[in-house]
Amino acid sequence: MTVETILFYIFGSLAVVSALGMVLNIRNAVASAMSLVVTMVSLGAIYLLLEAYLVAAIQIMVYGGAIVVLFLFVVMLLNLSTDEFPPGRQRLIKLAFVIAGVTILAQVLIALGRDPLLAAQPQTVPEGFGGYRQLGIALYTDYVLLVEMASLLLLAAIVGALILAKRKID
Amino acid sequence: MLPMDHVIALSAILFTIGVLGVATRRNLIVMLMSIELMLNAANLAFVGFNRIWSQLEGVPAIDGQIFVLMVIAVAAAEVAVGLGILLSMFRNRDSVNVEEVNLLKW
Amino acid sequence: MPIEAIVKVLFIFAVMVMGLAPIITWIERKQSAVMQDRIGANRADLGGITLLGLLHPAADVIKLMTKEDVVPDGANRVMHLLSPLIAAVPAIIAFAVIPFGGVYQFGDTTLNLVAADIDWGLLYIFAIGSIAAYGTVIAGWSSNNNWSMLGGLRASAQMISYEVTMGLTVVGVFMVFQTLRLSDMALAQDTSFRIFGFLELYLGLNWGWIDWLRLPAWGIFYQPLGFLMFLAAIMAENKRPPFDIPEGESEIIAGYHLEYSGMRFGLFFMSEFIEIIIIAALTATIFLGGWAVPLLSTDAIIGGISSVMGVGFATGLCVLIHFATFMLKVIFMIWVQMLLRWSLPRFRYDQVMNLCWKILLPLSIANIFATGLVLLWVKG
Repeated sequence: MTVETILFYIFGSLAVVSALGMVLNIRNAVASAMSLVVTMVSLGAIYLLLEAYLVAAIQIMVYGGAIVVLFLFVVMLLNLSTDEFPPGRQRLIKLAFVIAGVTILAQVLIALGRDPLLAAQPQTVPEGFGGYRQLGIALYTDYVLLVEMASLLLLAAIVGALILAKRKID
Repeated sequence: MLPMDHVIALSAILFTIGVLGVATRRNLIVMLMSIELMLNAANLAFVGFNRIWSQLEGVPAIDGQIFVLMVIAVAAAEVAVGLGILLSMFRNRDSVNVEEVNLLKW
Repeated sequence: MPIEAIVKVLFIFAVMVMGLAPIITWIERKQSAVMQDRIGANRADLGGITLLGLLHPAADVIKLMTKEDVVPDGANRVMHLLSPLIAAVPAIIAFAVIPFGGVYQFGDTTLNLVAADIDWGLLYIFAIGSIAAYGTVIAGWSSNNNWSMLGGLRASAQMISYEVTMGLTVVGVFMVFQTLRLSDMALAQDTSFRIFGFLELYLGLNWGWIDWLRLPAWGIFYQPLGFLMFLAAIMAENKRPPFDIPEGESEIIAGYHLEYSGMRFGLFFMSEFIEIIIIAALTATIFLGGWAVPLLSTDAIIGGISSVMGVGFATGLCVLIHFATFMLKVIFMIWVQMLLRWSLPRFRYDQVMNLCWKILLPLSIANIFATGLVLLWVKG
């Protein structure tokens, strides 16, 4: 029971609780978004425990600091709420979904517990693993095409979001 | 050393919560946020597996984390466009309940 | 060792957060008074002794703690309570990576004056800064007030825009110093470079006086444009005037912290001043040489003093000298920020956004490009 394991359990349970809080929240969209932020930041902390430092920093910066802020913008500008009034018959379908989902999750967890590959100890990490130098060199030598494609994708998303959100196309 | 099967189990739990969020909620904002949660669960699985198999015959392998960076970029693009769609939907019928988008139903 | 980390954390909390931040309120009052040719606040006294107004921070704290804590009627109580915390905590934990001094050897123990010497320190500060945006957004929304909501929305748009620019402006510094670890950046600025060295390197002119004209190898001499842009971007991130649209005191009353009173407003207030210290410490570390004394490297200091006294005593004195140099630079940058605050009028909102996206962003990319060209030329 090292400190890392205890921290992992703390952040893991925090992530699960805030994810449930985000999905089950009925009235308040901003509270949903803030629960999502808590999930993102605790996942970032778990990435730190898994020694993926650049990914953790980018997760907190991009997910926790930009994507959820975008959600908050839209919620606040449109004054949305997460009210729902499901008619009576829908409740049975939703309950069936939940039971099916939980059953599949239980089977996955049992299979994970029995997997011999995962039960082995993880290897010691090489020097500089997860640091920005290795990832930066890999991104610009082996995976440079991925970087270029990601930039094109983001350009398409910017143009698409602009056009979708304009009031009228003149 | 973290218990790696618990890391993957956490990823599975978060993914299931995301899937159930998309399947049961009818509000578009919550559905988009649940999709983000599913993408995050997949990212956690990637990073977890990359931590287990972090070198390939002595050469460090960081492919999982590269994939996570790409998934974060794709998620950002998808959120931008998804919220644009939400704005259009809200302007047209003043509600974000996806059950009301049913004009093409027979 | 955890004891060492706990001592460093307590020191940061006691000296910087609890000690320096109230002093800055005094600095703000007195400096604005001097700049505006008036006396400023000097009435708070303790039995008739007014120390030039130095008791006003204590009076402020007592006033804020004893005020009635008002929560508006339709407000979301949980968010109203949480948002000062979300604004204050990132400002305090950003101190963890600031190097107050270098690495010193006392026999067989090393003393590293950084609370958390992480390899990606600058990225940590940007990540923490992006979380700080939530404090203002949630504060504006949770107050159930039009003006607060306007202030909160403006604040969030401004903060996330300037995060991007803030990151891009220090890429030039990153390229020059080749490290994101703030203690290594401060260590790399501990030397000096010859101003006219290019005459010898590229033209082969071998004049003796070239070796004597030296400048300290500070970031500001390598990246002057980067320094100006970084200062503008990070002051805008802090919502400090002239970028204080979110709390525009004459336009939207008090913006996002309108409905806060008592110690909750005190937390917002304190978090802004703690961020002033963070800005000063960051700028001092990245651009002004951190703890390094200009033109006197660590070895010169320790060597010089240990010729008179012992090596251990020399190292201890060097620790104090470096810490004092760092604090002097921090206070200088605080003074510069106060100067900027009290001389420039507030920008309009579209001017703020224009500055970020149309001026600072292309300029920072051009800066990266030019830095890359110069580095390629210099290093072969």
